[in-house]
Amino acid sequence: MSKQINVALIGNPNTGKTSVFNALTGLNQKVGNYPGITVEKKEGVCKLPRGVKAHIIDLPGTYSLNASSLDESVVIELLLNQNDKDFPDIAVVVTDVENLKRNLLIFTQIKDLQIPTLLVINMADRMSYKGISLDIEGLEEKLQTKIALVSTRKNIGIDKLKELITNYKEVSSKPCIDISEIDNNYFNNLKKAFPNQLLYKLWLVITQDVNFGTTNRKEFDAVEDFKTKSKGDLKRLQQKETIKRYQFINNALKTGQTIDATQAKDLRSKLDRILTHKVWGYVIFFAVLILVFQAIYDWATIPMDMIDTAFAFLSEWTSDHLPAGAFTDLLSEGIIPGLGGIVIFIPQIAFLFLFISVLEESGYMSRVVFLMDRVMRRFGLSGKSVVPLISGTACAIPAIMATRNIESWKERLITILVTPFTTCSARLPVYLIIISLVIPEGRFLGLGYQPLTLMLLYLLGFGTAVLSAYILNKILKIKNKTFFVVEMPNYKLPLLKNVLLTVVEKTKAFIFGAGKIILAISIILWFLASYGPGENFNSAEEIMTEKYASQNLDEDDLNHKIAQYKLEHSYIGISGRAIEPAIRPLGYDWKIGIAIISSFAAREVFVGTLATIYSVGSDDEETIKNRMAGEVNPILGGPLFTFASGISLLLFYAFAMQCMSTLAIVKRETNSWKWPVLQLVIMSIFAYIVALIAFQFLK
Amino acid sequence: MQDTIAQLKRGESAIITDVSSANIPLKLLEMGCLPGSTVKLVQLAPFQDPMYLDINGSHLAIRKETAALILIEKITHE
Repeated sequence: MSKQINVALIGNPNTGKTSVFNALTGLNQKVGNYPGITVEKKEGVCKLPRGVKAHIIDLPGTYSLNASSLDESVVIELLLNQNDKDFPDIAVVVTDVENLKRNLLIFTQIKDLQIPTLLVINMADRMSYKGISLDIEGLEEKLQTKIALVSTRKNIGIDKLKELITNYKEVSSKPCIDISEIDNNYFNNLKKAFPNQLLYKLWLVITQDVNFGTTNRKEFDAVEDFKTKSKGDLKRLQQKETIKRYQFINNALKTGQTIDATQAKDLRSKLDRILTHKVWGYVIFFAVLILVFQAIYDWATIPMDMIDTAFAFLSEWTSDHLPAGAFTDLLSEGIIPGLGGIVIFIPQIAFLFLFISVLEESGYMSRVVFLMDRVMRRFGLSGKSVVPLISGTACAIPAIMATRNIESWKERLITILVTPFTTCSARLPVYLIIISLVIPEGRFLGLGYQPLTLMLLYLLGFGTAVLSAYILNKILKIKNKTFFVVEMPNYKLPLLKNVLLTVVEKTKAFIFGAGKIILAISIILWFLASYGPGENFNSAEEIMTEKYASQNLDEDDLNHKIAQYKLEHSYIGISGRAIEPAIRPLGYDWKIGIAIISSFAAREVFVGTLATIYSVGSDDEETIKNRMAGEVNPILGGPLFTFASGISLLLFYAFAMQCMSTLAIVKRETNSWKWPVLQLVIMSIFAYIVALIAFQFLK
Repeated sequence: MQDTIAQLKRGESAIITDVSSANIPLKLLEMGCLPGSTVKLVQLAPFQDPMYLDINGSHLAIRKETAALILIEKITHE
C-alpha cells in the first residue's frame, strides 16, 4: 500500500470549507475528538486520480493563526508539530470569492510556516452576481501557489482540486512575507539563538499559548528566554504584522482581482433590512422559534409512536417465540425496552439538528446574535449566548462547547452555567410521555393544549436560564474585559448534502453516546428488578397463593399479584422504597424514584427505566404509555400519573441537573470542579423545592 | 475630539485612521479593520448597539464600546 497524502483543510469560518470537505470525502468521513480535548476532529479519505489516496482533516475554522480559542489552538498545534502523524504534506486553504482579501490572511501565515499550500477559491458561482473577475494565473504567480476555482454548490472544480492535491510535490512552499521586518533588532537576535528554526514559527511559539507534545517542547524550551517583551509590545508587533500581511494581499489582488460594483446584485442588504429590523427582526425570530417547536411536536410524534409500538411488538414476539428462560427475559424485558428508549429519540433529535444546522448554514444565526446582543448583555450574557441557548435545545454538550467563541470569560462562564436549563432533547421524551398522560387533548385558540404545554416548558427553560444569568451576573465578581466581534456572513441557501450529513452525524453520535449508558443501565436495572434477597422474594409465589387462597382469584390476577410482590421485594424494589419517603411529598412512587435516580446518569434513561421496571412487573406487552397510564397510586388509589404529580414531575425534570456528561463537559470547559458541583447541587435542590410546591398546591 | 465609528449614522461611510488603542482586539484587525479601510454603518440594533459594519467588504458586528475606540475621518457626501 502506498502512503496516503496528508491534507489539512484550513480556512475562515463561513467559507464553505466543510462543503469542500464533504465534496472530497463524501460518506468516507468520521468525526471524533482530538485526544484529551472536546474539539471535534473531522477526517476522511478521498480517492485521487491514478489510485492515490488522501487522508483529509477538516480543521476548525479560524480567522488567523493567532488563536483565541481552544478550537483555533488545534490548528496551530498541528501545523507546528512536524512529528504529528497528521502533519500535512499539503495545506489547502479554502476562501470565499466574495471575501477573498480577508480570507487570504491565514493563507499568508501558513505559507510563512513553509508548508506547501494550495488555494481553493470557493463559491465561484457567485462571481457573476457580484461582478468579480479573477486573473487566476496572475494570482498564482503573486501568491506563489496553485489555485482551484471551486463551486461546491454547482460541483465545479473539485476534480481540478483533486488533481492539484495528487501533484502536491509541485506546490511551492515559499513564504509570503519576511516577519523580521516588523522588528529587525528583535528578530535578528532570535535568529542568532535559533539558526535552524523558522522565524515565523518561533514568533508563533512566543505569542501563542500552545500545548506542545513532549518531544516538541524541548525544541522550543529556550524560547522562554525571549519572552522579554511586554504583552502590549507583542500586540503592537502583531498589529504591524497584520498590516504587513494585508499590504502583501492588497498588492496581489490589485492586479489579480477586479470588482465591477455596478454588476453586483445585492440580495443581502434587502434581506438584512428586514431580518435585522428593530421590530420585524424580532417578530421573525420568534416566528421561527415557534415554527421549530410546533414542527418538532407535530412531525416527530408520528414516527415516535410507530417506534414505540414496534418495540412493544418486538418484545412480545421475543418472549413468545424464544425458549423461555432468564436470557429471553433479559432480552424482552431488559434490553429491548431499553433500546426502545434510545431509538425513540431519533426523530426528534434529527429534526432539532436539522433546524439548527439550517439556521447556521443560511447565515441567519449571526443576525440573531446581532439582534440579541444588547438584550442578552443586560442579563450578563452575550449575543453569542443565543447560539448555545438555542442549540441547548438539542443537547447541552455541544451547546457548552459552542460557547468557546464568546470572547468575554464572564459572559462565557455564565452561559455555560445556565445552558443546562434549556430544554434539551433528552428531556423531550419525558415531557412528551407525561404530557400525553396528564394534559387533556383539547384545543385553545386552534393550538392543542399538549403542544402549548410543551412550548411553555421550553419558555420556562429559557426564562430560568436568563433569570439565573441575571442573578449570576450580580453575584459573580470577575474582572471583565468584554469585546465582541461577530462576522455577518452572506445569506446562503443551505446545501442539502451538508445539512443531511450534519444531521446524520450528530444523531449518530448522540444515539451511540447516550445509547451505551442507556443500554448498560437497562441491563443492570433488569437484574436488580428480577432478583432479590431473602425469603420474601424467593417464595413470593407461595406467600401470594396463600394470601389470596380464600379470594378465588383467576390465574392472571394471581400471577400479576405475584409479579408485583416480587418486584417490590427485588433489589430495586427495596432500594426504591428506601427513598420513597423523600419523594412521596412530590407525588411519586418508588418506581418513579428509581427512574429519577437512574436519570442522574442521563435524563433520557427515565422512559427506558420505567419501561424496564413496568415490563418486569407485568405480563402483557404493551406500549410504554399504556403501562404508565395503568399504574395505580399505592396510597391514594386512582391513577399514579395525575395532573398534580405529572406537573410536579415535569417541573422537576425542567430544573434538575441530571446529566453526568454535561457535568463532565462543564468541568472540562471551566477547568474546575467548583462550577459543575455548584450546578448539580443548586439546580437539583431548586428542582425539588419547585416540584414539592407544585404537587402540594395542585393535589 | 476626533470622530469614531460610534458616531456614524446608518448608511454613512468613513475612512479608518487609527486602530492603535490597546483595547481593540487583534481579531478585529485581522478581519480587515485597518487604517485606510473604508467603513460603512449598515445597521444598528435597538439602543444603537451593537453596530453592523461593512469594512472594505467584510461584514461584521461589534459593540459600541469597541467602536468608540476606532478613529475615523468621515467622508462628506454631496
